[in-house]
Amino acid sequence: MGSYVPNTVEERQEMLAAIGLSSMDDLFAEIPEQVRLRQGLDIPEGLSELEVRRNMEALAGKNKVFPTIFRGAGAYRHYIPALVKSVISKENLVTAYTPYQAEVSQGILQSIFEYQTMICDLTGMDVSNASVYDGASAAAEGIAMCRERKRNKALVSAAALPYAQEAIRTYCFGNNMELEVIPEKDGVTDLAWLREHLDASVAGVYLQHPNYYGNLEPAEEIAAAVHQAGAKLVMGVNPISLGILKTPREYGADIAVGEGQPLGLSLAFGGPYLGFMACVESLMRKLPGRIVGQTQDHNGKVGYVLTLQAREQHIRREKASSNICSNQALCALAAGVYLAAQLDAIGFRTENKGAFFHEFVTVSQVPAQTVLKRLEEENILGGLPLDEHRILWCCTERNTREEMDQVVRILKEVEASC
Amino acid sequence: MLIFEKSRAGRGCQILPPCDVPEILPEEREQRQQPLHLPALSEGDLSRHYTELAKKSHGVNDGFYPLGSCTMKYNPKIDEEAAALPGFTEIHPLQPAHTVQGCLEVLKTAESLLCQITGMDRMTFQPAAGAHGEFTGLLLIKAYHVSRGDTARTKILVPDSAHGTNPASAAMAGYKVVSIPSGPDGCVDLEKLREAAGDDVAGLMLTNPNTVGLFDKNILEITEIVHQCGGLCYYDGANLNAVMGQARPGDMGFDVVHLNLHKTFATPHGGGGPGSGPVDCKALLAPFLPSLLVEGESELSFRKPEQSVGEVKSFYGNFLVVVKALAYIWTLGREGIPEASANAVLNANYLMAKLKPWYPMAYDGICMHEFVMTLAELKKETGVSAMDIAKGLLDWGIHPPTMYFPLIVEEALMVEPTETESRETLDQAAEAFHSLYQAAKTKPESLHAAPVTTPVTRLDEVEAARHPHLRYSFEG
Repeated sequence: MGSYVPNTVEERQEMLAAIGLSSMDDLFAEIPEQVRLRQGLDIPEGLSELEVRRNMEALAGKNKVFPTIFRGAGAYRHYIPALVKSVISKENLVTAYTPYQAEVSQGILQSIFEYQTMICDLTGMDVSNASVYDGASAAAEGIAMCRERKRNKALVSAAALPYAQEAIRTYCFGNNMELEVIPEKDGVTDLAWLREHLDASVAGVYLQHPNYYGNLEPAEEIAAAVHQAGAKLVMGVNPISLGILKTPREYGADIAVGEGQPLGLSLAFGGPYLGFMACVESLMRKLPGRIVGQTQDHNGKVGYVLTLQAREQHIRREKASSNICSNQALCALAAGVYLAAQLDAIGFRTENKGAFFHEFVTVSQVPAQTVLKRLEEENILGGLPLDEHRILWCCTERNTREEMDQVVRILKEVEASC
Repeated sequence: MLIFEKSRAGRGCQILPPCDVPEILPEEREQRQQPLHLPALSEGDLSRHYTELAKKSHGVNDGFYPLGSCTMKYNPKIDEEAAALPGFTEIHPLQPAHTVQGCLEVLKTAESLLCQITGMDRMTFQPAAGAHGEFTGLLLIKAYHVSRGDTARTKILVPDSAHGTNPASAAMAGYKVVSIPSGPDGCVDLEKLREAAGDDVAGLMLTNPNTVGLFDKNILEITEIVHQCGGLCYYDGANLNAVMGQARPGDMGFDVVHLNLHKTFATPHGGGGPGSGPVDCKALLAPFLPSLLVEGESELSFRKPEQSVGEVKSFYGNFLVVVKALAYIWTLGREGIPEASANAVLNANYLMAKLKPWYPMAYDGICMHEFVMTLAELKKETGVSAMDIAKGLLDWGIHPPTMYFPLIVEEALMVEPTETESRETLDQAAEAFHSLYQAAKTKPESLHAAPVTTPVTRLDEVEAARHPHLRYSFEG
């Protein structure tokens, strides 16, 4: 059995004697006998470190690690610089709690202040929080921020990530907000439908850009329509795309949220990830989560503290660090366009009508599952099947031209044999 | 110095090879106009920047961290290594099920062990933290009542000693919070509970042991009263470290539980995340669980619960945190789990006995894994507050206890040593507390100025809130 208790059995007896007790059991005298677990837990005996390692390696070995991945849909395999791993394994940072005691937490607080600055810079917003759980919960929190006394309805684009849509729906079930889904048309949010349904009860609209299919949305027109109706626009964005694409602020959004995982976090079977949230100044006091502010100590020295705590109710946060955005954005965009063009040329028609970022949808005669199975045999994780014949592909800077040419070659073969 | 002030145009890191496909740009009208100010530093300077920040942070690895209610125990290194295996970190969440059997087995095994520890039937790992778990658990209660057409239940009962997140989560779930007072013994006032229990009550949220560090001995009566009125009982697992392997929430009459893997199961807090707040429940609530449940024996697969409340975040929760917790539970096993809780309680009682002569306890008797002292008398006598003593501890290299919580105790300090501290550490801490007590009596002004050895002294929080300065300004 492994144990992290330093005190020996003899020491424990001495400590018990010091407090006037004779056995460890006496410590639990207040627990009613009916609920004391006398027979012990029905779980296996403890293991040594080496056995735990073996067990874990065996489990990890049962997963297939794809050397080549063309799947995104909310989780993106970007290159994580070695330095990021070194920073996030520093024990002083990893083993600390929420920085309540600012005097001994300046490192964590300053890193969050810097993070807030970078998120504001990327999104064009005035204020960022210290982050929330992930992109989907950030979307849900963003919509909750829009709520006003006489406005209790949320409209969510059908072209947003399914998990973001679902999280918004769940939070609305909690706080009793009404929810309607804005249908998609030609792969983007249906602007005409939206204009018709923007009434005085709408508090907020959720739009993702680039959307689930990689398409760029008519975001400017949507923002104008939303504001004309007196509602607020929450924009879900991919932080990598902000290296080249217009910022949510430039499009006219009031709140920017998104999944921070592409900024140096591994795929990790879905978590832990990071949700970023930023907004215009007028909404600052509605922004949930922790916020770090700059101030001074008694000697006039600059320091950082958790601030605006009056509006904060929750213990939540994750953090990441990375500073390699625009470079990745260009590579991802270029790779996406390259692959899409190659696939289009061999009969996997690109469904995206206009410009897209690093994700796109193909439609083919060949069943999606046949394609994906064949790719899997070559150790390639292909795009996500959306239905029988449509596949959502994703490229990042990790995908080389050689890998993309290989996919094209394999798909050509599959098509020829079908 | 901020990273932005160290930035110099033209510097940077060589991370990626040149793009090997034709570069293109989006149309001008889709391009960002606002310049980007991401910092440009050499790798060496960047690395040094974060080392400098790390030096200005105090973690469990830096010293004693008796922060009440937060269970700051040692974070085992094997757990970190397990979670860093490429067979876990490089797995896309949307891979086909037959290529992620190892991940599914992690979830299935962790679920079965944790359900055994809590006395529950099914579990979701999707919630990312304790407060997120509370919100999820309350949604289960809400969905349960709604599914029965029982929509008049609009209230959640919460004792006045509860964690602040309890009422906040209840509000997020659309409930009205009714506060139940504690009796003079620190436990739930049964009479007041009976008065509040009616057919408009959806449920009760309770921490046991409670936030004053006492096990509520009337627990079976409490859950019975709530069930009698048709409500369900929610167990806030923040304090499970005191009783794991000794007693189970499921046997106490609770219907739904959230756990803090980052407290009880030794995963690091990361300066505020990532955590993991899985929710487990009795079979009657299982159909409403969010996310996907792992099913099957040899070939594992995901299944969506039929009346699911929906997703509370993306994918299946903070998976790597679950890996760490599983490694921890495997290490401790059936003997190690109760050994950990018993020693957490022993350490708390040992330290409490040492401090009692100088710092009055808010409640008498044996405590569980933590205890609450009240410094009201000391403050009246010397002007030295709980805050002053806490700040004084910083100069001893000790992270202070939780301050001014629970709210029902005046000038409160809540101390939770955890089981991973040795007797010497507790003795040294007692010495520090004693010395501060003496300083309070003889030179109280020295404590108002504490700390003096930290990178900064006490910070002006009022100014920070009055004139929010929340990001660096590039305009200078």
